[in-house]
Amino acid sequence: MNEIIEKLLFYMEYPFVRHALAVGVMIALCSSLLGVTLVLKRFSFIGDGLSHVAFGTTAIAAAANMTSSLTVVLPVTVVSAVLLLRTGRRAGINGDAALAMVSVGALAGGYLLMNLLSAGPNLSGDVCSTLFGSVSILTLTERDMYLCMALSVAAIAMFLLFYNKIFAVTFDENFARALGEKTDFYNFMIAVMTAVIIVLAMNLAGSLLVSALVVFPAISAMRVFGSFRAVTVCSAVISVFGVLCGILVSILAGTPVGSTIAVLYIGIFFVFCGLGKLKGRRE
Amino acid sequence: MIQIRCRDLSVGYDGKTVASGLNFEICSGDYFCIAGQNGSGKTTLMKTLLRLLPPVKGNILTEKSLNDGGIGYLPQQTPVQKDFPASVREIVLSGCQGMRGLRPFYSRIEKALAEVNMEKMGVHGLSERCYRELSGGQQQRVLLARALCAAKKILLLDEPVSGLDPGATEEMYGLLAELNKKDDITIVMISHDRRAVLDYADRVLHIGSVCFFGTKEKYLQSGPGREFLYSQGGKAYE
Ligand SMILES: Nc1ncnc2c1ncn2[C@@H]1O[C@H](COP(=O)(O)OP(=O)(O)OP(=O)(O)O)[C@@H](O)[C@H]1O
Ligand SMILES: [Mg+2]
Repeated sequence: MNEIIEKLLFYMEYPFVRHALAVGVMIALCSSLLGVTLVLKRFSFIGDGLSHVAFGTTAIAAAANMTSSLTVVLPVTVVSAVLLLRTGRRAGINGDAALAMVSVGALAGGYLLMNLLSAGPNLSGDVCSTLFGSVSILTLTERDMYLCMALSVAAIAMFLLFYNKIFAVTFDENFARALGEKTDFYNFMIAVMTAVIIVLAMNLAGSLLVSALVVFPAISAMRVFGSFRAVTVCSAVISVFGVLCGILVSILAGTPVGSTIAVLYIGIFFVFCGLGKLKGRRE
Repeated sequence: MIQIRCRDLSVGYDGKTVASGLNFEICSGDYFCIAGQNGSGKTTLMKTLLRLLPPVKGNILTEKSLNDGGIGYLPQQTPVQKDFPASVREIVLSGCQGMRGLRPFYSRIEKALAEVNMEKMGVHGLSERCYRELSGGQQQRVLLARALCAAKKILLLDEPVSGLDPGATEEMYGLLAELNKKDDITIVMISHDRRAVLDYADRVLHIGSVCFFGTKEKYLQSGPGREFLYSQGGKAYE
């Protein structure tokens, strides 16, 4: 045990580890907060599709040798999010299929481009890290790190400010609209925030595992709690806990960050399933 | 004072008309009932009045002050997902949204209003319970309490008593009458229940192959009115 703590303290000396932890916590917070809404609105799939779009764009940015891909990836993903959420509301076979097409198209196109244009020597390593986020959180440039922090703080602030509106729009959109709320605006806002959070979370978990950050804390919390606030708070706690543990474990054991976090989340999910059953039986 | 006026209004979905040729006014302080058979377009009309649907033809003029909120609404069905985690209090409070503009959190007055309305609807004891675990009638009361929080000027109710037991139905009618008389809130109600029409309505709009709009007395003597009473198993109005 002492050995582990010593090793941890040793790693904590490095600024990049501290930064990774700080950014990780912020990303965990905002992805779990919005995750509740996305899961409840049945938008989990859209988050997944968006992460693929972000992957495709990252690939293009990398092929074009851009130093900071975030500046390109972010706007493209935001635009896709707005378009996807608009079709997603007219849910039906078409919306569903359109989403699959976009997400597979972006994935395939991105990989093809990386293959054709890649200048780097280690292509499969690059692809792997974009998909599974093996190292990117530990190698963020200073500029990207501050951008990440600023965006997460903005997303969290937006969420807190509009918490009650987001609840109203998520619970019963028609009622909110009848009361004169600008539901289109709030849906737009949710779309933009989703895109921002997906792009941020990609740094942590890579584009294939991003959905884990969004979905698992929310559905775990929903097993046990019955009010929106409790679920939101609980999923934030789960998310921060999972991400902190995931990053630490991956540093200590040398495992890839994204998949470590995802596996941890799966474990947490089963624990919460059990808790939910227990709670149900006691009542 | 006229709050809502419809001229030659047709309502429907995606350009397909469900009910047409509707001409009526709703005045402030009215107790306004909408009657008609299943599928005649009552819910569609109410959604159009609330601007949840665009009118197929014709137009709706609303009094200016209605644009800044004060409209309460009880939907016929709330498409709430089965696993939505929301406590009764959270849902009732969300009825206080309309007139708050961009203020992010609820004030003490709004919280007190939610408490009062939960009390009125008899769901106060359930306020921490999860909505999805309530019975159908309890859910209906919760949604009514939410609608009451929003209703400052007008309250639109789509079959409010369906799913309520007789005692609760009685209380519900009493409550609505009180809101109507004391607080001068306009009530617009869709109902299949003859009691609502016979005992409370000032004016009735009947939607069907033959439409009717007028006072209750005239309605009960008209063709659609007689049919309505007959279908309810009652005698024609003497
Ligand atoms: N979302 C929808 N899209 C298309 N058509 C619809 C939709 N909802 C209802 N309709 C159609 O519109 C017609 C009127 O429906 P509406 O719900 O207004 O009836 P209603 O008068 O409220 O009946 P009820 O007494 O059963 O509540 C019906 O024929 C129905 O099939
Ligand atoms: Mg109806």
